[in-house]
Amino acid sequence: MTVAIDRSAADARPWIELATPSHPSLIDTEHLLPDLYGIINVPTVIWIDEDGRIARPNDVSFGSNKLKVMTGIDSEAHLKRLRAWVRGDGPAMTPSEVRAHQELPTAEEQEARAEFTLAWWLSQEGHAGDAERHFVRAGDLAPHDLTIRRGSMPIRGLNPMGFAFLKLALKSALKRKSLYLYRPLKDSV
Amino acid sequence: MSDTLTLLHDGRSDEITLADLARPTIPADALEETLCWDLQPEGLCRGVVCVPVDQSALVRDDALDLGVLADALQRPLVTDQKHAVASMGASHHDRGQALASLQAPDFTLPDLDGNLHSLSDQRGKKVLLVAYASW
Repeated sequence: MTVAIDRSAADARPWIELATPSHPSLIDTEHLLPDLYGIINVPTVIWIDEDGRIARPNDVSFGSNKLKVMTGIDSEAHLKRLRAWVRGDGPAMTPSEVRAHQELPTAEEQEARAEFTLAWWLSQEGHAGDAERHFVRAGDLAPHDLTIRRGSMPIRGLNPMGFAFLKLALKSALKRKSLYLYRPLKDSV
Repeated sequence: MSDTLTLLHDGRSDEITLADLARPTIPADALEETLCWDLQPEGLCRGVVCVPVDQSALVRDDALDLGVLADALQRPLVTDQKHAVASMGASHHDRGQALASLQAPDFTLPDLDGNLHSLSDQRGKKVLLVAYASW
């Protein structure tokens, strides 16, 4: 299942129409999935088994290596593991491994999500100016949450590929002493 | 004089009549109707779960202090007084507990045509859940 964390179906439509998916391809304008699963950036991938149990927690993985130079993440490792699991040739994680690799949401992250909800509502009601301080506060509460900080840029009239994003990426790089914005699963193999 | 507060919570919005926007209280009946909690002698209850609460702080003039209520439920409450709107988020404790149980939280979302799909529709199949965005 793919879920676009976007401000509207119109924003996601070109990508979905290009991919012509046969799986459920959904739109999440209210950031329900980030709230339920503690998602702080995209793409985030989660494995769920036949019984609806989490078999591998939030990880960063791409479908190809097109962005590898920017992300530092090799898509093949995950795809290989995924294929093996789907075919029954390879294991998922044990429940204790899943637990050990989960990063559970914090109070600050949940408050940031509440601020995002408030800001997004104000924006949709035509109060963009007043929404802005709530978007900013949401970002201050959870500076690492790109789903909020970058995801809100199209709503706020900022270019998520432009200067505002570059500034955000640079600050994050300096703070984390890493060029990359993504947090793959710890000890990912 | 009363005002109306828009309360955003649990993916919906409710209009609540209240007396003082600066220190919002909600009518006692809104607790059960809107938030699905019930005030009992042992605390705030929903089904078999009860959460302790300082009732002397919670109850004011037959209404309930929204801030005390949110604190008791460990839910973040943020407000915009100018537009009389508040957002009560999910508790990090509840969300964390759900994820730590390893049962994948169910959700229902629309596709491009507005048809609704749930994670639970896929029960019996392995699912790769991918969150992505156009940005």
